[in-house]
Amino acid sequence: MKKFIPLIILIVLCLFPVVIQNAYYQHLMILVFIWVAIGSGWNVIAGFTGQVSFGDAAFFGTGAYTAGLLAHHFHISAWWGMAFGGFAAMAVAFPFGWICFRLRGPYFALASLALNEVCRHIATIAEPLTQGMVGILIMPTFLSKIPYYYIALALAVLSVVFVQFVMKSKWGYYFLSIREDQDAAESMGIDTHKYKMVSLNIAAFLTGMAGALFMNYMGFIDPEVVFSLHDISIMAILVGIIGGVGTIYGPAVGALVMVAVHEFFRTGFFGLFKGLAAMTGSDAMISVAKTISHAHVLGFGILVVLVILYLPNGIVGDWDKLVGKIIPFKKKEAAS
Amino acid sequence: MILFELKNLVKHFGGLAAVQNVSFQVEKGEIFGLIGPNGSGKTTIFNCISNYFPVTSGSIHFNGQDITGLKTNKICKAGIGRTFQVVKPLGRLSVLDNVIAAAFSKAKNKKEAHDIAMETLEFCGLMHRKDIIAKSLPIGERKRLEITRSMATRPELLLLDETAAGLTPTEVDVAIDLIKKIRDSGVTIIIVEHIMKVIMTISDRIHAINFGQTIAHGTPKEVSNHKAVIEAYLGEEYAHS
Ligand SMILES: Nc1ncnc2c1ncn2[C@@H]1O[C@H](COP(=O)(O)OP(=O)(O)OP(=O)(O)O)[C@@H](O)[C@H]1O
Ligand SMILES: [Mg+2]
Repeated sequence: MKKFIPLIILIVLCLFPVVIQNAYYQHLMILVFIWVAIGSGWNVIAGFTGQVSFGDAAFFGTGAYTAGLLAHHFHISAWWGMAFGGFAAMAVAFPFGWICFRLRGPYFALASLALNEVCRHIATIAEPLTQGMVGILIMPTFLSKIPYYYIALALAVLSVVFVQFVMKSKWGYYFLSIREDQDAAESMGIDTHKYKMVSLNIAAFLTGMAGALFMNYMGFIDPEVVFSLHDISIMAILVGIIGGVGTIYGPAVGALVMVAVHEFFRTGFFGLFKGLAAMTGSDAMISVAKTISHAHVLGFGILVVLVILYLPNGIVGDWDKLVGKIIPFKKKEAAS
Repeated sequence: MILFELKNLVKHFGGLAAVQNVSFQVEKGEIFGLIGPNGSGKTTIFNCISNYFPVTSGSIHFNGQDITGLKTNKICKAGIGRTFQVVKPLGRLSVLDNVIAAAFSKAKNKKEAHDIAMETLEFCGLMHRKDIIAKSLPIGERKRLEITRSMATRPELLLLDETAAGLTPTEVDVAIDLIKKIRDSGVTIIIVEHIMKVIMTISDRIHAINFGQTIAHGTPKEVSNHKAVIEAYLGEEYAHS
């Protein structure tokens, strides 16, 4: 039975836009799929290989700009960015990893944070190329959300399947060995520098593809959006942590939860506070309704604290524990 | 035939001379004991051989080739396996996965890696633990996992760093049997050990160091009767009496 769950979920997702024709929900699902790809990439380097990246936006933005600039400067379809965006992100990841993986400890994490900021500044300053803060606007290919939905779904599924495939191969064993103990890994004949590079480039490729899709779908990007530290890099970490670091399906679950939480705050608890403000007419409520949408970072923080306290292995990693907590009798059954 | 040779190895940590001009040769097929009191530089010699850190001077030769400065993973690939005195299990992986990861160093594909791993687990007597998470193994079996993992890389030369320390007397006997079995399978061994029973019964030749310098070498009998060795281990009074 458990074996069929991914298949059932896939069928449900394929039918989703047919059943739910509301564009808003389709939009949210497209975002979820984009985050599944980003989260899967982050999980490869951070979750499985143990090299925590704080700069995923560098790869995401590079992918997005690759798509945008191809369309803007060369007037070719931004969909080419899906092919080139991943490789462009690898072109950023390669020299970066080459240098930073020579150092151990927190240097990679710190350097990735810096890489994020460097990329954002370059995209802002290089106006002749990127139009700086003006951003890049392209004509969307489709008016309906449905084509984007299926393309995003394909990207998400391919990301998860690809990561699963990699983790069952020699590379997967090497990534885990590096995460668990670098000295032991080296003494087992694993070229830790090389395989950290492989891992980072897989992450960059998936994240770059997600960025290119984002450009195609949203039709507009600027440096603040696609190289955003908290909306992309930190969000990627949250997707990873909440879903379950180092699990195959963790990023998928994390993406769903995080997009929901993000939306929950952005809309002021789905309009709850706006409604309350209108109903009560109280000044306090009105100001809460106005500011609550900016409080999503606070909400993320609280969520992370709760997850780390109660589900340190994320929703997928601690699934049995979670089920046991929600349905206590099931736990007793298992114990007896 | 000489399989391995250390020539004038020197290693300084800042002002501390941890290894000073140590040279020895290891014959193919022998068990070569390396002894010395705590802090005398035994582990440092192993770390220099596997290039965990660079040597200050001197050279290391294996199978007639100068391997000084080769990267750690290349040393393993060349055929030198090692265990760590402070064990380094891949904690959150199963015992089997620990060994598979190592087996990939010689295997062409996953199936081959799996086969090598199973064979090595059987050989080292850890098969009954294969599905256990490595960090939940007791210390005796963690030490055995170190050996199993390094054996899965199919080494010609194995460096064992205190694999019997902290074991119960029965476990020590089992460890001795395993080490002999490994030697009989054609693997040359350099062993560091404090437990005299182990080192004296299984070594063909012994090299003794103190404060990073060679103080004696020869057969177990010669070395155990050597004045400098007794002095180093028991203090000067005992040597004179
Ligand atoms: N990475 C290091 N940095 C600085 N000093 C070190 C380092 N490793 C070892 N030393 C020092 O070098 C000397 C030799 O240490 P080593 O670990 O080689 O001894 P040992 O013979 O293996 O001892 P033991 O029997 O206790 O394992 C010690 O004085 C130790 O403090
Ligand atoms: Mg030691």
